[in-house]
Amino acid sequence: MAAAVAAAASAELTAAGPRIPDPGAPDNASLTHVLNRLTFGPRPGDAERVRMMGVERWLDEQLHPARIDDGAAEAMLPQLGTAPDGADQKELRQFARQQIITLASEKLLRAMYSERQLQEVLVDFWFNHFNVYAGKGRTAMFLPNYDHDVIRPHVFDRFRDLLEADAKSPAMLFYLDNWLSAAEEANRDAGSGIRDARVRRRPGRFRSRIPDPAPRVPAVAKQKKRGRGLNENYGRELLELHTLGVDGGYTQQDVINVARAFTGWTIDRGGHFRFVAALHDTGEKMVLGHRIKAGGGIEDGEQVLDILASHPATAHHIAFELTQRLVSDEPPAALVERVAKRFLETKGDLREVVKTIVTSPEFLAPGVRNAKFKTPFELVVSAVRTTGAAVADARPFVQTLQQLGEPLYMCQPPTGYHDTADAWVSAGGLVTRMNFATRLASGNMPGVTLSSGASDRKDVALQIGSPEFQRH
Amino acid sequence: MNRRLFLKSGAMAMLSLGFAPSFLGRAAAAAGARRKLLIAIFQRGAVDGLNMIVPYGEADYYRLRPTIAVPRDAVVDLDGFFGLHPAMAPLKPLWDNHSLAVVHACGSPDNTRSHFDAQDYMESATPGIKATRDGWLNRYLQVSSEPPNPLRGIALARTMPRSLEGSAPALAIGSVDEFGVRGPAAAFESEYAGSSDRVLSAASNDAFAAMRTLRQAAGAPYTPATGADYPTSAFGRALQEIARLAKADVGLEVAFTELGNWDHHVNEGSTTGQIATRLDEFARGLAALAMDLGDRLADTVIVTMSEFGRAVAENGNGGTDHGHGNAMMVIGGNVRGGVHGRWPGLGEPHRFEGRDLAITTDFRDVFGEIVTAHMGASRDSLSRIFPGYRGATAPGVVG
Repeated sequence: MAAAVAAAASAELTAAGPRIPDPGAPDNASLTHVLNRLTFGPRPGDAERVRMMGVERWLDEQLHPARIDDGAAEAMLPQLGTAPDGADQKELRQFARQQIITLASEKLLRAMYSERQLQEVLVDFWFNHFNVYAGKGRTAMFLPNYDHDVIRPHVFDRFRDLLEADAKSPAMLFYLDNWLSAAEEANRDAGSGIRDARVRRRPGRFRSRIPDPAPRVPAVAKQKKRGRGLNENYGRELLELHTLGVDGGYTQQDVINVARAFTGWTIDRGGHFRFVAALHDTGEKMVLGHRIKAGGGIEDGEQVLDILASHPATAHHIAFELTQRLVSDEPPAALVERVAKRFLETKGDLREVVKTIVTSPEFLAPGVRNAKFKTPFELVVSAVRTTGAAVADARPFVQTLQQLGEPLYMCQPPTGYHDTADAWVSAGGLVTRMNFATRLASGNMPGVTLSSGASDRKDVALQIGSPEFQRH
Repeated sequence: MNRRLFLKSGAMAMLSLGFAPSFLGRAAAAAGARRKLLIAIFQRGAVDGLNMIVPYGEADYYRLRPTIAVPRDAVVDLDGFFGLHPAMAPLKPLWDNHSLAVVHACGSPDNTRSHFDAQDYMESATPGIKATRDGWLNRYLQVSSEPPNPLRGIALARTMPRSLEGSAPALAIGSVDEFGVRGPAAAFESEYAGSSDRVLSAASNDAFAAMRTLRQAAGAPYTPATGADYPTSAFGRALQEIARLAKADVGLEVAFTELGNWDHHVNEGSTTGQIATRLDEFARGLAALAMDLGDRLADTVIVTMSEFGRAVAENGNGGTDHGHGNAMMVIGGNVRGGVHGRWPGLGEPHRFEGRDLAITTDFRDVFGEIVTAHMGASRDSLSRIFPGYRGATAPGVVG
């Protein structure tokens, strides 16, 4: 099967090796495919622009988003509010709800209009990989920081840096309860109480990403004393979802020892990451066969991140997920292997990893074209892009995504939303998609201006609601 | 192509060739031997079970809840020890005719006090395991030998609840009237029917067939039975839609809906106040549903659930914090009325972690008994519906 795919693909390729063919002469189907997968769908004229520019140059630019001016899209983004001073619980909840809608609007508008499309595709991917649920407690307060400062800056960075930024993010610390995790009494360093107040931080690694303005969080010290002990929630998901994968070869003892290594990684009164030595388990820990020496502090967790980020199982897991997103629901095993190898060779350089996928023959194979079923988010955004609609207010789309079962930032389980057709193809879902297509094409969505005339409405509805448009 | 989509599209290919019976045909066949129905209702946010089904015979209940306890003379007595919150009085007739069972000190063995984890665990019915992809109600639909039909499992909810998620076809709809194509329906239908995309063509076929069945069988304006006085709320409307679907004989086996806003950390109230208001809507809804179902209640089990209970002692804000054990209610003609489950007591040594109602009945025992004794699933299928659960003992609530 993989050989057949590769053979079919090589028939299309002129150059030897995994390179996109002569940029002067990609056929329309290949160009559309590239734009379908590496952007949120082509706008009118996009294919021609990329053809003129050359696919390779376009791809290189997309892989270096800082080189692309994105001022026009930035100017469209809504302003995020700050929590009102002296707000009570009810007002804070109200504010959090507003914050989620604003942030969801921002995500939609960036996906619709940003010129840095590949970055937006990958932000969506990595947020989902490191999913947090805005409906859990104070997570919503930490979301802007999480989206803007934790995920976004690292999607073309090294995986190890992304992983640490995530491990130290208040959103993840809160969502997976690590902020409450503490050493069992017996494993606490007797003298650590003295160091309690001291925050140890590696210079330059995290400081720049401290969120501002600070969401208000009660001090850890104010937490109820009872039940304060080890919490395995983050340790388990770190292994199962963030790095090794569920079949990554770890044991329950590894989960416990990873959780012990992260005791004391918590959130301070100002809503920032803080390591509290008094809560840390200073005992020796064995993690995946590596010895973490007794007497350590914050470096215990950092050492665990080193072990995990360079582990072959992590390379395979990340390679699988990324190829599943960019190529097909069941990506060719040989491609996953190559991508995993590249991950290890480059010490987890995510730009190189993505480049390896999108310049592979498997990526361009005719058999994977239109093989992916669009998630509701991909459907809604690609519909706006293909119609060239002007969206002044994205809130109606936030609602649409609720109806379609993908409310942004509101996915409860840490697994995130599924990225395969079986999760999204359903009778009820198709009806909602047809109704969305009809509503968008009608020109009656508030804040949305269509360029097409009234006479085209039925055609536009049938196009956006068509079986073909549900795939990419 | 994965197995599920392959199977689905295979079945649908047969349908479009005219070999398989239509939903209408099956529904008509089913009308003769009336189907068993399970209605699951989730109280999201952790209802305070101790103020819903009050252990008024416990001195500790009053000692630990000086401002929010329901007074002895205000409860609607059930058995001399437990009583209903007065707002739950509409359910008393069901108790009196032995159609209401309560399972107290019931819940999940997982000790999480996180709403979202605990809901997830209850809906997947795999406490402590987050990797489970489908919900227990969907797994019930999967193990049945019935042909796939999305009208077998319907959630009256905007999005598919975790409980009904999975490979068996099911619908999540806002209401019967809302489930329809507003736009060029015929053009959409022929667009999909003529598509070479078999998976989407099949799903669309499902959708339009289900819509047609619903329109024919349940399309007429609905009038509830005399005396079925639903609350005028989203919850009341959802329950009414469930009764409408049940009476329409569209093949419904599993229905789901939910009622939120039970997380009363502050000013919970007692005979009046926040919890009284919520329980009033809840109980009036259930009573109306039972009334509306009429003789169909004989073939129906209604089960209510909530992710965990609340702490035995009230907190410093006249509310209750997250706890552990809770109460479930089971209503139906084939139900053994009464309060079930071993009552652990509220004294400190009997509490979970010294503060919460302990759990003496695993919620999966209640679910398991309903799907076997009521819905007719085999005992062998329990290991598929509740994977990894070995402790199944029937609490004796149904049958």
